[in-house]
Amino acid sequence: MNSKLPDAEVLISQLAKEMKPYVSANTGLIGIHTGGVWVASRIHKILGISLPLGEIDVSFYRDDYSKRGLNHTVRPSSISFDVENKEIILIDDVLNSGRTARAAINEVFDHGRPNRVLLGILLDRGERQLPIRANFTAKNISVEKHKKISLEQKNDGLLTFSIRTENEKNEPTAR
Amino acid sequence: MRKMNPQLDRHGHLHHFLTTEYLPKDILLHILNVAESFLPVNKREVKKVPLLRGKTVFNLFFEASTRTRTTFEIAAKRLSADVINVNISTSAQVKGESLLDTVSNLSAMHADMFVVRHAESGAPFLIAKHAAPHIHVINAGDGSHAHPTQALLDMYTIRHFKKKFEGLQVAIVGDVKNSRVARSQIHALNILGVNEIRVIAPKTLLPIAVEKLGVSVYHDMEQGLKDADVVIMLRLQKERMKGIYLPSSQEFYNTYGLTPSKLSAAKSDVIVMHPGPINRGVEIDSFVADGNSSVILPQVTFGIAVRMAVMSILTGQSK
Amino acid sequence: MKIQVKGGRVLDPASGTDSIQDVFVSDGSIIGFANSPDGFIADRLIDASGLIVCPGLVDVSVRLGEPGKEYTATLEKELNAAVASGVTTMACPPDTTPCLDEPGLVKMLRNRATALDAAKILPLGALTKSLQGRNLAEMVELSRAGCVAFSQGDGILPEPAVLRKAMEYASTFGFSVWLRPQENSLGSMGVAHEGEVSSRLGLTGVPVLAETVAVSVILMLAKETEANVHLCRLSSAAAVNLVRNAKKESVKVTADISVNNLHLSEVDIGFFDTNYRVTPPLRGVRDRAGLRDGLVDDSVDLICSNHVPVTYDDKNLPFAEAVPGSSSVELLLPMVLRWAEQEKIPLIKALQKITSNPRRVLGLPDQKIEIGEKTDLCIFDPDLPWVVDQTSILSDGKNTPFINSEVVGRNIYTIIDGKILFEDSNRAER
Repeated sequence: MNSKLPDAEVLISQLAKEMKPYVSANTGLIGIHTGGVWVASRIHKILGISLPLGEIDVSFYRDDYSKRGLNHTVRPSSISFDVENKEIILIDDVLNSGRTARAAINEVFDHGRPNRVLLGILLDRGERQLPIRANFTAKNISVEKHKKISLEQKNDGLLTFSIRTENEKNEPTAR
Repeated sequence: MRKMNPQLDRHGHLHHFLTTEYLPKDILLHILNVAESFLPVNKREVKKVPLLRGKTVFNLFFEASTRTRTTFEIAAKRLSADVINVNISTSAQVKGESLLDTVSNLSAMHADMFVVRHAESGAPFLIAKHAAPHIHVINAGDGSHAHPTQALLDMYTIRHFKKKFEGLQVAIVGDVKNSRVARSQIHALNILGVNEIRVIAPKTLLPIAVEKLGVSVYHDMEQGLKDADVVIMLRLQKERMKGIYLPSSQEFYNTYGLTPSKLSAAKSDVIVMHPGPINRGVEIDSFVADGNSSVILPQVTFGIAVRMAVMSILTGQSK
Repeated sequence: MKIQVKGGRVLDPASGTDSIQDVFVSDGSIIGFANSPDGFIADRLIDASGLIVCPGLVDVSVRLGEPGKEYTATLEKELNAAVASGVTTMACPPDTTPCLDEPGLVKMLRNRATALDAAKILPLGALTKSLQGRNLAEMVELSRAGCVAFSQGDGILPEPAVLRKAMEYASTFGFSVWLRPQENSLGSMGVAHEGEVSSRLGLTGVPVLAETVAVSVILMLAKETEANVHLCRLSSAAAVNLVRNAKKESVKVTADISVNNLHLSEVDIGFFDTNYRVTPPLRGVRDRAGLRDGLVDDSVDLICSNHVPVTYDDKNLPFAEAVPGSSSVELLLPMVLRWAEQEKIPLIKALQKITSNPRRVLGLPDQKIEIGEKTDLCIFDPDLPWVVDQTSILSDGKNTPFINSEVVGRNIYTIIDGKILFEDSNRAER
């Protein structure tokens, strides 16, 4: 099944290339946990962005919290630069409903008021539930609704996509 | 036969937070992990997340405590909850409605969470048993029984500075007998797997059969503090400073007060904790309280994040 | 009324009888045993096959709610509950409101009970005025009014000087002194056994020491004053040992325990379950074993229910604020049977603890199942299981640690003064 999925490493290079003209000294890159942070850290390096990489976990802003509770793998958000008046580019691995992006935008605004917020993604599944559009998209893909695509990091550091049927629950993990 | 843990729902999720006793280790670790994520929120420009938006948290303080109430209030407000403080002095309650009537009334006002402080051990359990099923109860200190959020912020502090629990020697000094904080700490430390928990106090300030809680007993500071990684000083209540528990606060300080010289028996990287408020010159010397080993102020900061974590884990699991 | 009790297993601890026989009762007296008396025609034939026929049960500690606590229970309900459970005679502690230190009050209580035509009530009089442990109560007057012994109930134990005088005075007239041994200064603040559980739960403990110190003092005084002393509700193995030794030295002392302490221990409190808030507190499992040893070698003479009806509201409080006590009179028989079963005690010996022994301690004449005796009868099914719940409990107090659990052994008929005052309709119709 994995053979049908695109090569994540190739998509990252494409996305970086697409973003390059928009990057300046005022650009702050923020990855969305977990896959988005991996992608963002690659792009951060490729494009040589000067502001430190930001990471956010949108668990505290999700709109399904009261139904599904807190994600068991919630991690601290960390944006070590001041977002005030910056050109923010949010990075995620997959864009689908748009709800994660919405939560991420809200969280960014709780850190300050940026000049502009853009969104870059590797895969767009297209099943939008909110009026949200990515500014940079490496690839569009169509997958059955109940399948979940996620990015995984192999031991050698390479990123690959995997696909599984939903409802396999995340177990609590101790850290 | 052990009765079912009343804090957990039938799926094993935390529904109330009443005591650290018998809680699975992964629940305690989850609380600490979530608290870690809340820590940066408290430093941001907007110190609020929308998790508890539209929820109503009642602070039910049957025993006055501005300090603890404030930390819960801040925690709830940073989660965007509406917070109502209800101060019910026990004497007024005797004259008026019963504890459970008070609770029923507030339930009818569509409360989502009760944070309960009560002078009697077990009172939050009673409230949890009788509150509407959607309501979550947090024990903010009951009698001499438990103060689980305080214990967890202490666990957070230990993990923050020591990175792990395994292998640690933790010494708890002072009035263990009357301390709800000590009981909750002892249970949590045992669950999280430290190497040894020592209690150091005269026999009058130790509960009977204290070793059954999983601690080793010391009556001498030098011996008890030897090679300790963590020293937790407990607050000595004024009414116990002289009388049948102790002859005087001065004698207590000379024997069990934490001074730089006594602390020198501990490891060089020891951390010193205190749940506050501190009695300087009774439990602890100012040189220690304000010194390099002291982590008393970080404890306060972590306290808010831990309480945010507990609140958000509880409400997030209601259906 | 002539009653023939047919085919039951007659178990009579007082006479030692254990055999399947018919019993013939006429006008309250047993007029035939095994063989029908000449010309006996029963007005009522009770089929007791598979049942045990024994003398009516005697419970030495039943609180009836009256006088003063009618909101918790009423005489009618509690007597009804007792009779339905096979209890035909009961002693009532004096710690009522007001307490039983007035002969008039005692007469009133007895008159109320007699009018109800139910179980027999034997009031214990107050040992000291208002149970305050300072001045002696009018023991002779109270005795004339019907008090069978003198006690502080669950009130405070007087200081040695007062206790000594009280014992001397009581022994002058041959009255027994019933005391629940607990040294106030060690135990009065406690709400649970001082031990592992009270330490865990942060509850103020009642140390075993509170009991042993009191028992020691009482035994010394009993020896000195030669008073008859009955120690109520022992809870610790150490106290049983003290009584055992005193009995060897021929001190005139007897002792009882409650069904709660017989079966439960501190761990049963769980997370502050106030149904387990009882007096004396539930102690450790070793203490429970010590109490059981005491029953076997007769250091402990008898078992009582220690029945205290408490309202729902008075139990729905934080553990320390909840009113102590359990509604237990209906559990006396099943709990004694459970103990006999667990410890392989012969039934006749077990029944001694709730029939002949309490009669002896109360100073009552034996009731034997023999011709010519005026004996109340309890006819029970030793194997019948039933669930203790809100509806099966007849007492106004639904507060029992055994609530919602299954017990085995149920009274089917109660015959008092030759009248069938209770019959289990389910069984009777069978």
